[in-house]
Amino acid sequence: MLLPVLLGVTFLVYLIISLTPGDVAAMMLGQGATKESVAALRHEMGLNDPIIIQYGRYLGRLLHGDMGLSYATQKPVVDEILSRFPNTLALAFCSILVSIAISIPVGVISAVKQYSLVDNLGMVLALIGISMPSFWLGLILIIVFALGLGWFPSGGADQLKSIVLPALTLGVASTASIARTTRSSMLEVIRQDYIRTAKAKGLGNVTVILKHALRNALIPTLTVIGLEFGELLGGAILTETVFSWPGIGRLMVESIQRKDTPMVLGCIIVFSVAFSVVNLLIDILYAFVDPRIKTSY
Amino acid sequence: MTMDRSDIEKNTPPRRKRRSRGATIWRRFRRNRLAVVGLVIIASLVLLAVFADVIGDYQTKAIKMNMKERHVHPNLKHLFGTDEFGRDIFVRVVHGTRISLFVGIISVSIALLFGGTLGAIAGYYGGRVDTVIMRILDVLLAIPGILLAITVAAALGASIINLMIAVGVANIPGFARVVRGAVLGVKSNEYIEAARAIGSPNYKIIFNHILPNCFAPIMVFATLKVATAIMATAGLSFIGLGVKPPTPEWGNMLAAGRGFIRDHVHEVLFPGMAIMLSVLSLNMIGDGLRDALDPRLK
Repeated sequence: MLLPVLLGVTFLVYLIISLTPGDVAAMMLGQGATKESVAALRHEMGLNDPIIIQYGRYLGRLLHGDMGLSYATQKPVVDEILSRFPNTLALAFCSILVSIAISIPVGVISAVKQYSLVDNLGMVLALIGISMPSFWLGLILIIVFALGLGWFPSGGADQLKSIVLPALTLGVASTASIARTTRSSMLEVIRQDYIRTAKAKGLGNVTVILKHALRNALIPTLTVIGLEFGELLGGAILTETVFSWPGIGRLMVESIQRKDTPMVLGCIIVFSVAFSVVNLLIDILYAFVDPRIKTSY
Repeated sequence: MTMDRSDIEKNTPPRRKRRSRGATIWRRFRRNRLAVVGLVIIASLVLLAVFADVIGDYQTKAIKMNMKERHVHPNLKHLFGTDEFGRDIFVRVVHGTRISLFVGIISVSIALLFGGTLGAIAGYYGGRVDTVIMRILDVLLAIPGILLAITVAAALGASIINLMIAVGVANIPGFARVVRGAVLGVKSNEYIEAARAIGSPNYKIIFNHILPNCFAPIMVFATLKVATAIMATAGLSFIGLGVKPPTPEWGNMLAAGRGFIRDHVHEVLFPGMAIMLSVLSLNMIGDGLRDALDPRLK
């Protein structure tokens, strides 16, 4: 399933981006260009061909790891993206790891102690967490922890602790929604007969919760983690902008402002491919968590 | 102890008047305190949006610059202070409510119209139609929502209309999935079979019998999606792909205030709180609706 989806994604994105008004050739040549030279460049770049042919050519080059030259710097798009991608990946992984580490325990405790103080407080905080715009939260964190307390730098990626604030910003929304999902699927599972059976045969509470309940409750949680990872990649676009984090999210925003189409296209494709791959990994993980689900890839 | 018939009748409360479905849902919804709070907040925001011009005239208060009163911190005259051009932030936030609610609702309507239709067709006809529609939507789903919105907005250029299209398009696959799922659930009911047996045309079955019964899940999803759409709108404007200044929009106000966070925190504080408050209240309503419409989930 991965390949057709990727093919579709690249085509769709190529199509949308090529809808951008304005003549690329005229733009590249600048103000003083003659009609003839624009026409010549259009011909040279293959802009007169049908869109499907242009896409075919792009795809062909893409498969060889060539995403064209940036309009802004005239350097290969691939090089720029490759140098920035690790930063985005590091940010996303830190966020998701922190999210998982916080949200699953909170979700489990909330479900086991339903309507307790922990549950109510946790769920209200989660609700606030998913309602907080990341770019605003980022600014607030900068105001408090960078400008106010001076604990962390307000932007850039020069030191190791630079990642703390952006990762926190990015992780809040996913922490909240993973916690909510874990809670509701745990609630469903702990009412099942096999949980009663496990308790009846004298197993300790902790064993029952962790071994019998959590494992079965993890499937919806996994789905959400996969989806949240996608949201994280998308959210990285805004968070990186707020924190001047040198990842592809910020690269993309800058490229959009510079109308650097090949760069924008490259960034979106990398984002979408990363998201698809993560979802594939999640699908494979299902089979580990629940042996009843057969992998079909 | 044995009870005879009269005892039972005595102990059973008199049968209450039958409630309509709407009344039952409303009763359950009302019991959820968070949901009611959300409803009150959103109702106030709608009132603010409607009466924005009474609170402060758009041209003279929200747009016109007043260089004598730049960066004034919150006080009694300017509740939320003023921005870099001396405009009252409270008035601008109130006018921003109009744009955010409007864009949120219109973009979700776009998604509901197109996504819902596709989902209903896929769910109702099934088979090859279903496969083709859902495979195409899988491709759209493979692009994270905000990224898709940014892509469309970048291609179309920054304007309110394009913003609504961008956010709407990004939500199409989600709505298609939800509506398809709901249609699949309703389709197997006997009354659908009965409608088909008396020869109702397909479109009548879909619009008169199936869709009204899918109302609950669609309503919940739409409420939650208006919240996401408001957030996306602000996000896109924040990076310059949505509503352009000087139009007061929460996202572009944040972007403008960002340069002054060292000394003038109020310029980012209040627009952000407005975004959070509206998104939060919609989320609370959505959760409340879900619990009220489907008590099994509680």
